[in-house]
Amino acid sequence: MLKRFAITAAAALSLSGAALASGGESAVHDVAFSFEGPFGAYDQFQLQRGLQVYTEVCSACHGLRYVPIRTLSDEGGPGLPEDQVRAYAANLDIFDPELDDTRPRTPADKFPGSSLSNAPDLSLMAKARAGFHGPYGLGINQFIQGIGGPEYIVSLLTGYTGEEVEMAGSTFYENKAFPGGHIAMAPPLSDGQVEFADGHDNSVHHMAEDVAAFLMWAAEPKMMARKQAGFIAVLFLSVLTVLLYLTNKKLWAPHKGKKTA
Amino acid sequence: MSGIPHDHYEPKSGFERWLHSRLPIVGLAYDTLMIPTPKNLNWMWIWGIVLAFCLGLQIVTGIVLVMHYTPHVDLAFASVEHIMRDVNGGHMLRYLHANGASLFFFAVYLHIFRGLYYGSYKAPREVTWVVGMVIYLLMMGTAFMGYVLPWGQMSFWGATVITGLFGAIPFIGESIQTWLLGGPAVDNATLNRFFSLHYLLPFVIAALVAVHIWAFHTTGNNNPTGVEVRRTSKADAEKDTLPFWPYFVIKDLFALALVLLVFFAIVGFMPNYLGHPDNYIEANPLATPAHIVPEWYFLPFYAILRAFTGDVWVVMFASWISGGIIDAKFFGVIAMFGAIIAMALAPWLDTSSVRSGRFRPMFKWWFALLCVDFVVLMWCGAMPAEPPYSTISLIASTYWFAYFFVLLPVLGVIEKPLPAPATIEEDFNNHYGSKAHPAE
Repeated sequence: MLKRFAITAAAALSLSGAALASGGESAVHDVAFSFEGPFGAYDQFQLQRGLQVYTEVCSACHGLRYVPIRTLSDEGGPGLPEDQVRAYAANLDIFDPELDDTRPRTPADKFPGSSLSNAPDLSLMAKARAGFHGPYGLGINQFIQGIGGPEYIVSLLTGYTGEEVEMAGSTFYENKAFPGGHIAMAPPLSDGQVEFADGHDNSVHHMAEDVAAFLMWAAEPKMMARKQAGFIAVLFLSVLTVLLYLTNKKLWAPHKGKKTA
Repeated sequence: MSGIPHDHYEPKSGFERWLHSRLPIVGLAYDTLMIPTPKNLNWMWIWGIVLAFCLGLQIVTGIVLVMHYTPHVDLAFASVEHIMRDVNGGHMLRYLHANGASLFFFAVYLHIFRGLYYGSYKAPREVTWVVGMVIYLLMMGTAFMGYVLPWGQMSFWGATVITGLFGAIPFIGESIQTWLLGGPAVDNATLNRFFSLHYLLPFVIAALVAVHIWAFHTTGNNNPTGVEVRRTSKADAEKDTLPFWPYFVIKDLFALALVLLVFFAIVGFMPNYLGHPDNYIEANPLATPAHIVPEWYFLPFYAILRAFTGDVWVVMFASWISGGIIDAKFFGVIAMFGAIIAMALAPWLDTSSVRSGRFRPMFKWWFALLCVDFVVLMWCGAMPAEPPYSTISLIASTYWFAYFFVLLPVLGVIEKPLPAPATIEEDFNNHYGSKAHPAE
């Protein structure tokens, strides 16, 4: 089944190659996420809402097998209190070969993997897809808009047209953002499906953005630390560059003499 | 060590004399650092330092990454995620290493094209040039094998496609491919040997870098005029040169700091921009990605590889004359390696007596076109192998070969070069005007 699905998907992908290069990109629209740009940061509350959408909806089929549960309390992430993280972990069972039995997870364990065999793991999904390619496949858009992984997720979750087709005994759902146009996943979100504690808007579009932000964090949990390191490095190197420029200028001045026009 | 007359190290204290008579290592370091360097070197002569830095960066970050990486098909992908999530500073190390490869190739291409424009490959610097080309080939091998290690989709399928090239060699190809892979397909044995070689080759590169530096310290640096430093006396040589320390060390460090400023901005703010999203999907031998694309620095040669399809007359002719032994696939492989060998042969293909492109009015334009050609090939390599890209690839590949095998030999004969300055000193003073020479 998995193999057949993969072949179908690959065939669909190759057929859509030309379409993707020309107009398919418009199906993925830009979203102004809080974490974009050199100074962008994750919105802690958005990540918490996204975690809720993931837990109540996505996790029915998908997994996050590379994400340690303890990181839910990390600074720069959802920042949940540790007791909540422990309680969250305890809701998820894991088979422990040492006990030869299942036990509740602890924060040191990772999230469960996908429970449905053809549902891809979502740990790195936000980095494993590029929403933007153009113009002419040069990828310059990515320079301005970002690579577009989270945007792809939002566009996918909101891209259902409501049409269905039967292919080889399975139902596929038409989706504007999915390469090939038809996806095996039924529309997962409907308006008002998840009740947010903070009373945030729970229309499909908002839930999609929240869960996409959460998945970006799941894929790139150290983004804030990385940007900080990058910022310090750029600052330090700017000063160093200026100092070296002045040193160099002074060093060479006697040999260059006065420059004429 | 250098042929240019200059002061050599004189041991002063008793200990220095004692050491110098047993191991002249201080003298070696002194002579290397104080080498007379043409004082008119421009900013295109800074890429060597950037490259040396890249090699150091890759070795240092690589050694630490190895401490946390597991070369096994079931564990490699997860161990990279372990580095990204659990290892202190691991995400920075990995992004530095991955983007460091891009900086390495960015610098090496500018370094190579600098050499091509200013005729740095010409006598007496052919050995420097050829050693450099060997380093470049080893860099490509190292980078390719390194890209396989995270065991993502592009790692796996890239390895499958590239090792498949060797399978295109007639008669012995399949055996070579099996030998390279350690089995019939890319698998654990492949990953292990690539890991081993990825660790080994950088040290071979380091040794060759020493040879590269040794070679051009023997001949002296080329410079933008291509005019040799006067060696008639130390006084004459000193009019053309300044010692490497401190003049060029400081200049190069300034340039390096500026380059690193951009590099760290990319690592800090957009570390995945140059990578491929598919490599964040674990390798799956059952699912082929829609487009298998190598990293950007391989794209020009990947385009040349794919340009020569079965319907091109040269390929049909090669197939006919070889009785079908050379098919389109093998022709592509020959073309790809031939494109690099063409560069290595430049010293013997270029017939011009003038070294620097600055004084070659026709060459200049053809060289500019070669630079454009390289960028076009890079773009074609990233696009699917279908019209119009296949046609553009073919034209661009043809120009690449025409430049080396037709233009370089012919231009030297038909071109009338402009007068070059008599000395480096004259060029330098023309530029800075301290001796009030009128500019051209």
